[in-house]
Amino acid sequence: MSDTQETTSSPSLYEKLGGEAAVNAAVDIFYRKVLGDYRINRFFDNSDMEKQAAKQKAFLTMAFGGPNNYNGQDMRNAHAHLVKMGLNASHFDIVMEHLGATLTELNVPQELIAQAAAIAESTRNDVLGK
Amino acid sequence: MRSITIGESTFSCQPDETVLDTLLRENVKVSYGCRQGLCQACMMRSLDTPPPVSAQSGLKDTLQKQKYFLACVCHPEQDMTIALPNQQGSSVEAVVVKKQRLTPDIVHLVLEYQAPFEFFAGQFVNLKRTDGLIRSYSIANIPHHKNTLEFHIRRLPNGQFSSWVYDELELGAQLSVSEAQGSCHYLPGRAEQPLLLIGTGSGLAPLYGIIADALAQEHSGPIHLFHGSRDVNGLYMIDEMRELAGKFANVHYTSCLSGEESDSGHVRGRAHDVALSSIETLNGWRVFLCGHPEMVNQTKKMAFMKGASMADIYTDAFHVMQENK
Repeated sequence: MSDTQETTSSPSLYEKLGGEAAVNAAVDIFYRKVLGDYRINRFFDNSDMEKQAAKQKAFLTMAFGGPNNYNGQDMRNAHAHLVKMGLNASHFDIVMEHLGATLTELNVPQELIAQAAAIAESTRNDVLGK
Repeated sequence: MRSITIGESTFSCQPDETVLDTLLRENVKVSYGCRQGLCQACMMRSLDTPPPVSAQSGLKDTLQKQKYFLACVCHPEQDMTIALPNQQGSSVEAVVVKKQRLTPDIVHLVLEYQAPFEFFAGQFVNLKRTDGLIRSYSIANIPHHKNTLEFHIRRLPNGQFSSWVYDELELGAQLSVSEAQGSCHYLPGRAEQPLLLIGTGSGLAPLYGIIADALAQEHSGPIHLFHGSRDVNGLYMIDEMRELAGKFANVHYTSCLSGEESDSGHVRGRAHDVALSSIETLNGWRVFLCGHPEMVNQTKKMAFMKGASMADIYTDAFHVMQENK
């Protein structure tokens, strides 16, 4: 992350959103929405909720433009078993909805929500194994 | 340059290296995943100096207090002695000083230790018999000058260890006690927060310790305890709990029976159903769940969905050792 970080330019998306504190505020709300949605919760219903929550946190950190080691191949491998279970574009859309709703609930301005959504959207093909 | 000690080996942590980098370079077998402080696969524990705060980000507060940290984001600020997750610390010897039957199935066992021993009420230890047989039990008391550890041990059908404790273990006998483990315990701070504690069977043991700890640290928020069992023999310390609720205005105790029999004074139903249906929202609550693994996992999810923050849910699932006979 250090070689792409610019110290002189305007604040990054991650900084505008509020950094790690914002991710922490968002993760419970987001994970609760996902777990409560019968259309997708079977993909998230892991017996180890802490681990699941940690993964959601990693995802949100990335979508917020925060420090991450995003790797398309890892993303494909991590979701391959879910694709076998039937994970498809409609499920991805629903997760995107919950991301938007979470940020709206936290009173994040629409233009920042759009930026975060665009980053999350960029993982679509890797997540769905396309 | 900082040094990192594990057991007998000491390694130098190069400038710019994380603890994980050093261990991998030295071919120490450690599990890891994301390498950015998120997945918690490389969690380990410092045995001496407190780890850098930044290496504890995202960990449960009870684990932070016990000096756990994430190796992949830990740049040591001092020399560190560390333990990997599966590495056991040293154990202490303890002597049986009291054994009392609480119900036909549950015995109250008190051990006295000599060497210094640190623990939080609600954590568990491994008790080891002289022939090496080991079982985990939760600690039901807070540390005090008497240097004792209290346990509620339920006799399981064909339970090798519990039957032995029940039938044969005598006063004065010696047991080996592992270091205290587990993250299900009380921490001071946020004294006004409402607490919800749900336990089944001998899951009351850690909860009893946690409540004693909370009260000793002047927790002022409401404390709601729900203790459940299938039949009345599985409920115990009923009078003590009622007495406690009478003595402290903020302590509330509900005993629940899920089986067929009805008994006056107990609420009919499973403890977690009774508890969750009596509370509108768990937003802002601290939740402790101990006992049957299914109850614990199911209730953890229900409590989270009902508004409790993931960071505020502490659990201890009692997994029964499968015996071959």
